[in-house]
Amino acid sequence: MKEVVVLSGKGGTGKTSIAGSFAALAKSKVLVDCDVDAADLHLLLQPAIREKHKFWSGHVAFIDKEKCTQCGLCQEQCRFAAIKDSNVDDTSCEGCGFCFHICPAEAIAMKENMAGHWFISDTRYGPLVHARLGIAQENSGKLVALVRQEARKMAEKQGADYIISDGPPGIGCPVISSLSGANLALLVTEPTLSGIHDLERVLGVCHHFGVPALVCINKYDINKDNTRQIEKFCLGQGTEVAAKIPFDNTVTKAMVAGLPVVEYSRNGVSHQIEALWELVSKSLTN
Amino acid sequence: MQLLDCDVEEPNDHIFLRPVITGSEAVCIPIPEVDEKKCTYRGKCAEACAYHAIAVFPKNVLVFPQLCHGCGACSYLCPEKAINEVRREIGVVEWGQADGVEFAHGRLNVGEAMPTPVIRKVKAKANRDGIVIVDVSPGTSCPVVESIKDSDFCLLVTEPTPFGLHDLILAVETVKELGVPCGVVINRAGVGDKKVERYCLKEGIPILLTIPLDTEIARLNSRGIALVEGMPQWKGSFIDLFDWIREIVNERSGCLKR
Repeated sequence: MKEVVVLSGKGGTGKTSIAGSFAALAKSKVLVDCDVDAADLHLLLQPAIREKHKFWSGHVAFIDKEKCTQCGLCQEQCRFAAIKDSNVDDTSCEGCGFCFHICPAEAIAMKENMAGHWFISDTRYGPLVHARLGIAQENSGKLVALVRQEARKMAEKQGADYIISDGPPGIGCPVISSLSGANLALLVTEPTLSGIHDLERVLGVCHHFGVPALVCINKYDINKDNTRQIEKFCLGQGTEVAAKIPFDNTVTKAMVAGLPVVEYSRNGVSHQIEALWELVSKSLTN
Repeated sequence: MQLLDCDVEEPNDHIFLRPVITGSEAVCIPIPEVDEKKCTYRGKCAEACAYHAIAVFPKNVLVFPQLCHGCGACSYLCPEKAINEVRREIGVVEWGQADGVEFAHGRLNVGEAMPTPVIRKVKAKANRDGIVIVDVSPGTSCPVVESIKDSDFCLLVTEPTPFGLHDLILAVETVKELGVPCGVVINRAGVGDKKVERYCLKEGIPILLTIPLDTEIARLNSRGIALVEGMPQWKGSFIDLFDWIREIVNERSGCLKR
């Protein structure tokens, strides 16, 4: 069983449209949405939720006003500026428990934090593991690790050939969490100066964690000079450009219809995405 | 006027503004360094650490720097005073000038997981008496919250598509949770559907500007040229957008009597 994670660094480059098409093209697979902050894959796959679980993550400090003597030690020592006048700001608290350990009045408790939900769903393409991190919550990396672990369990149970993972944007903790131990990263970029900058950084993360990468240039015809620059950069890095996909409104129309683009239309873009999946699946088996 | 690029994972504003960088500072977090001459291996530090960043064995101590959040509990609680804090670099903040705009951005080092300490450092550069524009990363979790916190207004840029609407709803919930008023810019209008407009109408969220899907705009963007520079006919709309936001903020601070 092999796992490919679709990443981009920059948001909005077409990750989910490509991951959704892979879901339709791959034969034996489990799907996982690792963008737990703003998951969108379900909008293409129309899942029926089979299981819903609470995601308990970390702790938040709670100050018992009855016991608190207002000595101010917690506020003084908190490195995250999460305590003000004996009140805890939940969005700033990192759950380290420093205040809990040092409070002379033992007025502070660490309460377990319900930080979201995760789901196992059925789609017409196969099972999907996805999640919804609560608004303004931390620990998205931990939730990503959890959904991947569940997807892996399910893939083993079903003897699935592939895990197809839609990754989060950026290069920080959820990205690292979605990448570590994956067999391949597909990096979707655009031929913009911002896209190139972001690709360099996310490819750096792949190198850092030793995950092989392929690049897909989406909307490559928006700026062909920049596309050439990306190809040159990838050549220098020893990274293959696996596809160049032209700008096409069909991708958005498919999204509005709630379908992966390869199912919505049989035109050029779909052919390119099919060829890309061929290449990706071949890289995964080699 | 000041621009702070708080998308420290993928900062891009410098590409459009081309600022002259005049200063920089490493962003470090304090991590423990154990003096094993003083350590008695009682394990108080490991017990206290919520992130499992320190492990104590009968004859040695292991620190996992990547897991440490720099809270300082271990060094404070060590009964032998055997833990010193040393600085570990996780990113950098740079600042400078771009055509009369004060500029600052942060960059998380590749391979590092925690953007929030870098965001805090960028925000520490804010000139509280002037107008500060903060560019924020995508999503709804800790980096976004850290960036939006304490703002007077949040401008949400979306697309008129199902993905755009879904992520917009999450963003609106986030700013509501933080008590920050918001307005919407619809970008790449023309493809997609009308559901973003319908949602905004229903929720009473003003749509402050609509930018059409236009390959010329996309080409300018790809070359790192701001819309108002490449197509000066857009200047008026952006000035109106800014004035509208200022009105919303002034009205609100008036009724709150700050």
